[in-house]
Order: sequence, then structure tokens, then C-alpha cells
Amino acid sequence: MFQPEWESMPRERLEEVQLERLRATLRRVYDNVPLYRERFDEAGLAPEVSTLAELADLPFTVKDDLRACYPYGLFAAPRSEIVRVHASSGTTGQITVVGYTANDISMWADLMARTLAAAGATRDDVVQVAYGYGLFTGGLGVHYGSERLGALTIPISGGNTRRQVQVLVDFGVTVLACTPSYSLLLAETAEEMGVDPRSLPLRAGVFGAEPWSENMRRQIESTLGIRATDIYGLSEVLGPGVATECAEQHGLHVNEDHFIIEIVDPATLRPVPDGETGEVVFTTITKEGIPVLRYRTRDISRIIPGECACGRTSRRMERITGRTDDMIIVRGVNVFPSQIEQVLAGVPGVAPHYQVILGKRGSMDTVEVHVEVAPDLAFDEVRELEELQRTVRGEIASALAVSIGVKLVEPRSIERSEGKAKRVVDLRDATGGE
Amino acid sequence: MIDQISVFLENEPGRLAQLCRTLGDAGVNMRALMVADTESFGVVRIICDRPQAARDALEAASFGVSVARVIAVEVPDRPGGLADVLEALGEEGINVEYAYCFVEPGSRAAVDVLKVDDERAAAVLESKGLRIVRAGEIYEPDPS
Repeated sequence: MFQPEWESMPRERLEEVQLERLRATLRRVYDNVPLYRERFDEAGLAPEVSTLAELADLPFTVKDDLRACYPYGLFAAPRSEIVRVHASSGTTGQITVVGYTANDISMWADLMARTLAAAGATRDDVVQVAYGYGLFTGGLGVHYGSERLGALTIPISGGNTRRQVQVLVDFGVTVLACTPSYSLLLAETAEEMGVDPRSLPLRAGVFGAEPWSENMRRQIESTLGIRATDIYGLSEVLGPGVATECAEQHGLHVNEDHFIIEIVDPATLRPVPDGETGEVVFTTITKEGIPVLRYRTRDISRIIPGECACGRTSRRMERITGRTDDMIIVRGVNVFPSQIEQVLAGVPGVAPHYQVILGKRGSMDTVEVHVEVAPDLAFDEVRELEELQRTVRGEIASALAVSIGVKLVEPRSIERSEGKAKRVVDLRDATGGE
Repeated sequence: MIDQISVFLENEPGRLAQLCRTLGDAGVNMRALMVADTESFGVVRIICDRPQAARDALEAASFGVSVARVIAVEVPDRPGGLADVLEALGEEGINVEYAYCFVEPGSRAAVDVLKVDDERAAAVLESKGLRIVRAGEIYEPDPS
């Protein structure tokens, strides 16, 4: 552990710390952010709580609040104290801006050092940061954490995949940080270049910024010969460093000394007990630049009840199983692309590269999954390929309880992403689509 | 047994042309080409003069390629010639997955390409006096 005094703090003490910090945060946002002050005043609420449970009565913050307050309206520190901004493009509409004070940047570096340490990294490691640098939080977030840990840090950023492989080989990289889908593209490219990724000193990876499945983890681990750690964060709350897996690989420890996690029922918006699935909501309790109260992430997860064998006392969030806005409704059934990915990874003969295509036939919405055949499949007999197509269709139908058309497509025909993979293609509005 | 190149292709306008152009640019000369298609995809099977070069060129162009081992047998140039070949296999309970024919330039006999999953097939055909075409007659074995 990078900060054992915090990461393994007794829970009673942790909750005292949370309450104290939450109170300070409420005061801070009420005094400095017009939006919060108006919300409290309109609801007749005082910016005070006497227990952590009272948090559930306070108003939520949503992405649209950040858009409405673009660019600096939600900042709770004077502009002179803000030392950096990041921004999130989102998939639609205006970008949103978040600001960090020097204290925020330092706290963030600590939390990312915790994350890297939890993934098995030490000051003796060589860390290739292949997340994008720039307004996206991924690159600089991991970068500062890696330096805080004392590791040798390579700020290569995203893209130029062949050069990434060259650096991976030449610099003796031991830890890779990028999106999970990009790690597979790196492995594929390495093989094209005649490099066996398993023969490299690379031994660990921290992967986040997009949902991925347990099967995809196993594939990354066996293809690259590493331990793959799931990390979680979002710019509105901090960036990477909000939660991370430990060596147990069973849920992501939330840095609860800095963030309060709630899981709420997406319909009633009331908190659900530990163990039940719902939308993840975060309240930051130490951030100065842009604290957020009860920020609705749109991510779907649950708290895993019980203690973790690693010794950390923070509660664990299950890996994200989907987003409320990625959710596709197929004939009344909620479908998350990650569920489809999970099925595909379990079927031999297809690659984990897929897209869900939403279309229209007349007035009917149609859904079709395009999946690449594995490049090493023996393609000779049509009957076997048809059988494979039926198998994928059947597996999806039994896992998701809804029948979805499946089309096999050629190896490497689905566009590879250097950032977040585009899993859903919506062709229903051909004139105004993105 | 000879090497046949099998390529997975989506049903898209121009895709088969791209495949053929890729082979042409690589200097590969095709002897036979057969397309098996379904609603959404097809498998193209190719006999050519340089199977390894064909495979390398297609893989470099991101086609999904595999190599299948098939039997090439000379078919007598008379009515019922192919029926004789297939009956010989049928009598032994050997199932033919698929078959197609081509004619070598300057030859009077046709060559039938057979995909069978039975090791006895070649011996059965030879025992009936049929001539099995060797790989070396169709392409130069690749140096390896």
C-alpha cells in the first residue's frame, strides 16, 4: 500500500473522517458556488449534516449542471488558486471543464500512486503512460501518480501504435497504462511486428476509461503475459484514481477518505443497501477546485459486501457493468454492450472486436451485432461459419434473454480505437447522426 | 493433396475484386476460384501457382485467410467421368464436403478438386485407376 495509514484505516475512524470532511465541503460549496447555494436555499436546506446518512437528503449534481455552468461556474476556489483544468468532451453537446488547485493535484498524485501500487507497481518499475495527454484526465493523471510513486515514467501519450511497441521493447517497460481495448491493439501490433509480447519484461497493466469484462481481462492477461488491473475514475469527480482493484481482483476499492460512494435506484433515486445494483453516485470531500455533491455518474454497479483479504478497509465497487446512457433497450429488455462483450469472449472462433449496430426497418428498430471472426479460424467451410454465427446468436440470446441478429465480419474490419472503443453505432437517424 | 487458399469475405460490392487485385499485384496466378456464399458472407476458395505468396499477400492486406488441404484428381474427358470419381468415394462411405473443377492450360482432362475428411480418399481413387494430381504439377513447392 502506498498510504497504509489511510488505506487500512479502521472503518469507524474512516467514517469520522468522512463526516468531518463532508461538513467542510458543504460549507465550501455553499459559500462559493451560486448553483449549490440556490439549490439549498430553494429546498429550504441548511448546508449541514450531523450524520453521513443525511447525505441522502441533499440534491444531486448531474452532467448538465457542469454544462450549464461552463466553463468555471462550479469552481469553489478563487481563479488564482486554480492551477490546472481538464475537460471532458462527452459524446454529445458542450464540453465540461473541471479545475484543480495545487492541493487537488497533489491529492490526485497520491491516489494514482495508490492505484499503481495496488496494481503491483513500485519505484523500480518503468511505466508507459499510453493514455492520451491533454484535456483528457487519463494521461496526466497516471503520469503524476507514477512520478509520485517514484517509478520511471514514459509520457508517450496515445496513438502511433508501432512506436508504442518499439518503446515497450526498447525501454524495458514493466507497467502499461491505457484503455483495455488499446492494450489488445498493442498486442496485435506487436505480433505483426514479430514481437512476442509475452517475452517482454512487461508484467502489469492498469486499464480503465471504458467498461470491460472479466473475459476480456483474461484475454489481456494471457496475450500480454501480465496482471491486468481495473481502475476507475471520471473527470467530474477527479479523473483516474477514484477507485482501483487490488491483487484480489475482486471489486475496486473506492478511496473513501476522499469520496463518498452511494448506489441509488435509478428510478426512485433513493440509496440501496450494499450488494444491490444501481447507479453510482459520488460526493467529493477533499477537492477544492470543483467539489461535487452527489454526482450522478450514470455508471451501473454495486457495493460488494464484506471485507477484502488485501487489508484495505475501503469498500469495493463491482466492475462497471454498464452505463445508464449506453443501455440499449431491445424489445423491452435492457442490454449493455459489456454483456455482449462478455458473451463473445467466451465463444471460440470470434474475436472480442464487435459493434452493436442500431438501425431501422420501416418503423421497427433493429439491432445487429457485428463481430470479427478470429484471424486464426479455419475459414474453409461455410457450414462451420454458419454454425459459429448460430452459436454466437444462441449464446447472446441465453445470456441476455433477448434475440439479437449476429453478422460475422472480416478480421480487423472493425475500426480500432486508440482511446475509448466505439461499441454502439446508431444508424437510426441517418440525417442527423453523429 | 494440394494447398487451397480459403478467404472469408463479407458480401460487399467490390470486395472480391479487391481480393483478386491483391493477388494480381503479388504476381499470383490463379488456376481456379470458387465462391460459396450465404446471405451475409462468403468463402472464396482459390487454387493458384504460389499458395504461400498468396497467403502472405492476403494476410498483409488484412484478409482472413486459411489454407485447406484438398485432393485434386484428373477426371476422364467423357460423359459420366465425374460420376465415376464420386461413385468410387460413395461406395467406400466417404463423404465429399464440396467439389469444383478446373482445366489446366493445354490439357485435355479436367481436374476435380475435392474436400473430403477421410484419409483413405486418395488411395481409393488410385485403386480405381484414377490419377491424383500432385502439388508439384500445379505449383512450385515453396522453399521452407
